[in-house]
Amino acid sequence: MPDTATGARIEVEGLTKLFPGAAAPAVDGIDLEIRPGEFMTLLGPSGSGKTTTLNMIAGFESISAGRIALDGGDIAQLPAYKRNLGMVFQNYALFPHMTAAENVAFPLKQRKVAKTEIARRVSEALELVHLGGHGERLPSQLSGGQQQRVALARAVVFEPRALLLDEPLGALDKKLRESLQLEISRLHRELGITFVFVTHDQDEALALSDRIAVFRDGRIEQAGTPADLYETPSSRFVATFLGDSNVFTGRVRDGLLDTGWCSLRAPGGPEGAVALVVRPEHLRLAVPGGPRAEGNVLSATVTDVVYQGAFRRVLVRFDGGGSGQVREAAGVSRSVSVGERVEVCWSEDAGVLVPDGAEPPANQPVGAR
Amino acid sequence: MRSVRLRRALVAIGVLIGAWLLVPTLIVIPISFSGEDSFAFPPSSWSMRHYATFFTEPSWLNALLVSVQLAVIVTVVATVLGTAAAFALSRTAFHGKGAVNGLFLAPLIVPGIVVAVAVYAAFLQWGLIGTPTGFVLAHTVLAIPFVTVNVGAALGGFDRTLERAAAGLGASSLATFRSVTLPLIMPGVLSGAVFAFVTSFDEVVVSLFIQSPQLQTLPVRMFTSVTNEVDPTIAAASTVVITVTTALLALATALRRNRRHA
Repeated sequence: MPDTATGARIEVEGLTKLFPGAAAPAVDGIDLEIRPGEFMTLLGPSGSGKTTTLNMIAGFESISAGRIALDGGDIAQLPAYKRNLGMVFQNYALFPHMTAAENVAFPLKQRKVAKTEIARRVSEALELVHLGGHGERLPSQLSGGQQQRVALARAVVFEPRALLLDEPLGALDKKLRESLQLEISRLHRELGITFVFVTHDQDEALALSDRIAVFRDGRIEQAGTPADLYETPSSRFVATFLGDSNVFTGRVRDGLLDTGWCSLRAPGGPEGAVALVVRPEHLRLAVPGGPRAEGNVLSATVTDVVYQGAFRRVLVRFDGGGSGQVREAAGVSRSVSVGERVEVCWSEDAGVLVPDGAEPPANQPVGAR
Repeated sequence: MRSVRLRRALVAIGVLIGAWLLVPTLIVIPISFSGEDSFAFPPSSWSMRHYATFFTEPSWLNALLVSVQLAVIVTVVATVLGTAAAFALSRTAFHGKGAVNGLFLAPLIVPGIVVAVAVYAAFLQWGLIGTPTGFVLAHTVLAIPFVTVNVGAALGGFDRTLERAAAGLGASSLATFRSVTLPLIMPGVLSGAVFAFVTSFDEVVVSLFIQSPQLQTLPVRMFTSVTNEVDPTIAAASTVVITVTTALLALATALRRNRRHA
């Protein structure tokens, strides 16, 4: 089994893509270092430049400026077919006129591998994705999940040192997506090569990645481990894009956040115009007039209770204005009901202060996801 | 109730129109098996003698051979050129592309007699009248639109991600074309080729202008026969032409159905 040293280091410096006629660059001078053997996810809403970045690394798009290096060597001018990178597409992109085995054999044939060697490696690769015995089927005779596994086998059979995946699970239904997530995770562990994974699905990103780079408007907003991004987001965009958040905006003075409708104890952080981000699982519900907890307390009215199996999502409207959500473990406490008066409490160090940049993305209203 | 009656009416109309289109053509088939030297229908006796004449008399046999050879060459030339043109048109964006596209279809739209006169005038100047080269050039021009249209349609439905995938897997542009793109647009290329063959094999107007007594295609020979002789051999010739073109067009239809299922 190959060790992690078999993965390639991919460095991107000042990478820029300006499509002809476009007002703003699709990718705007990004810097990113992807370490050998790392599972790096490029996460962002559509149009944020993540796929264009991947296509430039793959060699499918020319670069407008900057540098792409593979293990230190500049590959920006190298045609795609000479880069030796595996690629998996959202729509599988299997060759419909070839059987699964012929598809997997394709990259080996291009490399003039001997016939017997091809046969051996193809069957190994198909075994690797649990499709041994399906080699003679045509893509049209395979399910979506099976097709994507053939595509994975085809992308790794020639032992590339990095695998690029462009929303590989996007076309699959939820159940298959989860099983293929595990498959991709296992492949990454077993092969030890570098994975660059593009997705707009935050759960997928959190579940799979060693590190995540959050894209926004052609730039990288923040890059870090899933825990870094979730627990200490550097901007309101990252905080609201990854996971659910309660966001209170205002100005900080003397450790107090003045939102205009309430005053909250804030943890340390930037001064001036800020947003306080508190995850729903850090909020607790209390009965009005009950024993006061330390920290912040806001009076609110329950507007909705969403049962989600392992937990309940309680949506509230604060008395001063604004809405929020609380995540309660199911069965721990009595259930509140819609219209009930509650107090929402949290300890002041449970929140994170970030500079109040711009509005969160329109498709993800705060606290309502 | 109403829809049933409507369907019956539509079927009846369809059958009538089909008969109207086909019957005059099909009438040559029984005549070709006639035992007499006339076009009497229905024939009073049956024989294969008109076929014997067709396949033995040099003027008929030569014309058939000329037509087949010419159609084969035209098919190859028009298919290669037309495929290349369809590629250029589908893969590039440039100013005036619509106009160029229209020019490729012009031979389909401009009346045949106008093309014939123009070709005649030009070939007279260039000394191409009655030459094999002249025939190949003229027929290729007429056949190319059928190839560009068919290949263009195939390329329009072609998923270019497959070419990216091939490049990502280590295939050069040439290898990608040979092993991925061409096999997948092959039904379009083949049906374009069939139409090219039939176009050349059937062509009469331009051929009449550029023929010489030494170089005549089958349709030209048939035309001369109709105008100058009373010889039922032409019925046998017509039946051969109908059989060849019908078989080829059926093949093209089968190919297109295949493409839709792919």
